[in-house]
Amino acid sequence: MNGAKLREKIAFTVLGFVTLLVILPILLILYYVISRGWGAMSWEFLTQNPRNGMKEGGIFPALVGTILLVIGTMAFSLPLGILSAIYLVEYARDNLFTRMIKLSVVNLSGIPSIVYGLFGFTVFVVFLHFGASILAGSLTLAIMSLPVIITSTKEALEAVPMSYREISLSLGATRWQTIRYCVLPYAIPGILTGTVLSLSRAAGETAPILFTVAAFYLPHLPRSVFDQVMALPYHLYVISTQVPNVPEKFSFGTGLVLIALVCLMNVVSIVLRAHFRKKKQW
Amino acid sequence: MVEQDAIIKTLDLNCFYDELQVLRNINLEIYRNEILGIIGPANSGKTTFLRALNRLNSLNINYRQQGVIRFEGQDATQIPDSVLRRKIGIIFAMPQVLPITIYENVAYGPRVHGVKDGQRIDALVMESLQKAYLWDEVKDRLQTSATKLSGGQQQRLCIARTLAVEPDVILYDEPCSGLDPISTARVEDAMQQLSQQYTQILVTNNTKQAARVSHRTAFFLMGELVEVDNTQVLYTNPSDKRTDDYLTGKFG
Repeated sequence: MNGAKLREKIAFTVLGFVTLLVILPILLILYYVISRGWGAMSWEFLTQNPRNGMKEGGIFPALVGTILLVIGTMAFSLPLGILSAIYLVEYARDNLFTRMIKLSVVNLSGIPSIVYGLFGFTVFVVFLHFGASILAGSLTLAIMSLPVIITSTKEALEAVPMSYREISLSLGATRWQTIRYCVLPYAIPGILTGTVLSLSRAAGETAPILFTVAAFYLPHLPRSVFDQVMALPYHLYVISTQVPNVPEKFSFGTGLVLIALVCLMNVVSIVLRAHFRKKKQW
Repeated sequence: MVEQDAIIKTLDLNCFYDELQVLRNINLEIYRNEILGIIGPANSGKTTFLRALNRLNSLNINYRQQGVIRFEGQDATQIPDSVLRRKIGIIFAMPQVLPITIYENVAYGPRVHGVKDGQRIDALVMESLQKAYLWDEVKDRLQTSATKLSGGQQQRLCIARTLAVEPDVILYDEPCSGLDPISTARVEDAMQQLSQQYTQILVTNNTKQAARVSHRTAFFLMGELVEVDNTQVLYTNPSDKRTDDYLTGKFG
């Protein structure tokens, strides 16, 4: 074996090892959560209210609450984020003002989530009198998800070749027709990826919902968007630290359900992406 | 063959990118149903002139333009973008097809102009592909992806796509620069046939190509229109020495 081959072998080994190091924590977490939480999994756990000081029963209201919050977040952040990204990429002129907007969008994603929580509490709960409610919580989570949605949509739009736009415009299509038929279809996979990533984060966040929506214990389902709900991440926090003597498998079971929910969202996005790819024959 | 009836007329056309002037005082008439060749070395403003005619230059925010372009006797600035670009189609240098089926590539134009009737679109697709000399090669695989066609076929598909919106003028921006000689000949054949019905402007780096297909030829140099004349006259007896130098290969 000569020197170059040996060096290559060493390089591959090192790279492979580093990759393994990166994946290892994820695998360990999954193993840990599944092995300890699997015991809690049952139809009853998913469909029952918590009972007896949350030491028995299930997580049904928290599960429903989180799903409602994700839907609410999506309802606000998806149209706002995608439309503003379209404006920034396709319509806005490149000047100091738009560059500042783009920069601040990127920087918004670095703001700690508890700050979003405080902002949501002041603006939606107190100032706009929404109270602690699904509406206030969804809006807060939506604002938190916007930067990632805008940034990934922007990148997906910019990745569509300029020539597609020229073809469409040169045939006499209007700007909006061009965006609608010649740009968006090719950007959808990228938009989906960013959106799901962002919504997964929203599903798992505790800080933004702490003051805006999450209920400690609420053994019934909400009747309107102005009601409070329980939510999985906050419920996990509560049963792990605030309530004594909750069986360990309940905490890990709650975590497992949250992970499964996020995985499910990712699977849906993968299926959708494959569907759009096939239709458009990239 | 050529009627002396100008479909496009430019009056003192000046074009700038920021402070850089790329075209100076271009006064040029384009006659109905002629093939006008535009030759000249790189950076002489040929492509900018072409893209000024259907206003594609305005996509570049640094672009400015002075002077008048008349289309069918009307000041072109009075015509909306989508109407003007439909009337004046363009074929780009590199074959640029959308990554959708052959059929959908051709149908795209009519669809954005509001044609909804499926049979009418079918007929337009077939007619356009026939005019572009592509129909026989693709009629059995209209529903396959356009990206699977060869370069020459893709370029003829681009021509068909432009024809499908029923333009009056077709601009070609070095349409054969990426094609082999046989594909080039096919594209040139298509142009010859189309000249009965359409006005065509051909920008090319290949002086022989302009000599083969164009009725009149214009010579651009450093943003100026040096001269324009019947192709035969320009090639055999140019009135400007610079044209002669360029054609005989002294520069460029």
